[in-house]
Amino acid sequence: MADVRTDPIHQFGIHKLVDINIDGYDVSFTNSSLFMILTLAAIALVLLWGSSSRAVVPGRAQSVAELSYEFVANTLRNAAGESGMRFMPLVFSLFMFVLTANIFGMVPYFFTVTSHIIVTAALALLVIFTVTIYGFYKNGTHFLKLFVPSGVPMAIVPLVTLIEIISFLSRPLSLAVRLFANMLAGHITLKVFAGFVVTLTSLGAFGFLGALLPLIMVVALTALEFLVAFLQAYVFTILTCMYLNDALHPGH
Amino acid sequence: MSWFISQANAQQPAVVPAEGGHAPTEATGTTVAHGGGEHGGTFPPFDPSTFPSQLFWLAIVFIALYVLMAKKVIPQISDILEARAAKIASELVEAERAKAETDTAIASYEASLAAARNKANAIAHETRSKVAHEIDGRRHAAEAQLAAKLADTEQHIADVKKIALDHVSAIATETTEAVVEALVGKVGRDEVTAAVAAVSVGKH
Repeated sequence: MADVRTDPIHQFGIHKLVDINIDGYDVSFTNSSLFMILTLAAIALVLLWGSSSRAVVPGRAQSVAELSYEFVANTLRNAAGESGMRFMPLVFSLFMFVLTANIFGMVPYFFTVTSHIIVTAALALLVIFTVTIYGFYKNGTHFLKLFVPSGVPMAIVPLVTLIEIISFLSRPLSLAVRLFANMLAGHITLKVFAGFVVTLTSLGAFGFLGALLPLIMVVALTALEFLVAFLQAYVFTILTCMYLNDALHPGH
Repeated sequence: MSWFISQANAQQPAVVPAEGGHAPTEATGTTVAHGGGEHGGTFPPFDPSTFPSQLFWLAIVFIALYVLMAKKVIPQISDILEARAAKIASELVEAERAKAETDTAIASYEASLAAARNKANAIAHETRSKVAHEIDGRRHAAEAQLAAKLADTEQHIADVKKIALDHVSAIATETTEAVVEALVGKVGRDEVTAAVAAVSVGKH
């Protein structure tokens, strides 16, 4: 397992590229930072280039930019209504960042930014803090009605409220862990099957034939992982939209 | 991946002495740099020593992304979409107007066609009645002429007949006078005339 070629954990390793230390905190520029910046650059390139021509009949790049925008805008509008459109920059940034980081992770030798729980947790906390702060800012104490659904018999209100509070608190956890675990598990699975191919082919002709099965698995899993990369970005986005809807319209 | 590691190693001698004062994280940082590839270290996603760096760079990147999206990309794309919607709406209105114009033109064409057809009918009718009138007039004139001629002729015949009849009575009177004179002797003209008239009347 020590072999770098077959070690499924090796791909998640973080390596320093430039040592930076600010006030005792190690904020070195690492491969993770590099891929965050590449993600940002890719998004900026596609969207700025795509939206710069402003053609009435869009070209390819403009279609990509418009489709991404309308996809997120429709998701947000359906989940949180027209007033939710004020969160469009946040939701669009989250979707584009998670999607691009996930897709980048599918390129061999590329680092997957979203396979680290600290990154997904930071994004999830950003969403939850936005929801909580905006919810109290806009609705005041009325926001607490989120935990007391209307039309519930008084006898079970404490129980329901407890469940609602637990549900609210588990949101950032589920948001962060879902994305992190999907990316991590997917990449480990891919690497394990790819590792089988490498190990078996080194065993001669018989092993070469045996390697066909994991090879087919790797191909199928790669397709699945592309789906998961998009799906998890979408799930993260739609859950964000639904939580924002709670902040905008707290009464169930 | 080896590229990253060698790069990191190459950087370290230059940085480590300069940052020597911050010893606490320096040690873990070096471990991390090598630890990724080595088995037996912490599972990388759960290695807290990499958290500050990831959070720091995520914050920078995400804030930059947010600002770029909010200030540039989203306004640009929504401008494009709005411009397109406005253009489509205005062109639909224009098309609606052109269609109304076409309908009006068709209606006025139909109207003028109907008017022309009516006019043609009127002219035809007028001409027909004029011609008929003229024919009638001429026929009446010809008939009147013929009637006049007929009347003249009848008059002439009647005159001739009257003259002839007058002559007959005169001849009859003269013949009677002559016959009577030869038979009886001379008789007064008036008596003969009265006798002839009496006979003529009795015959009639």
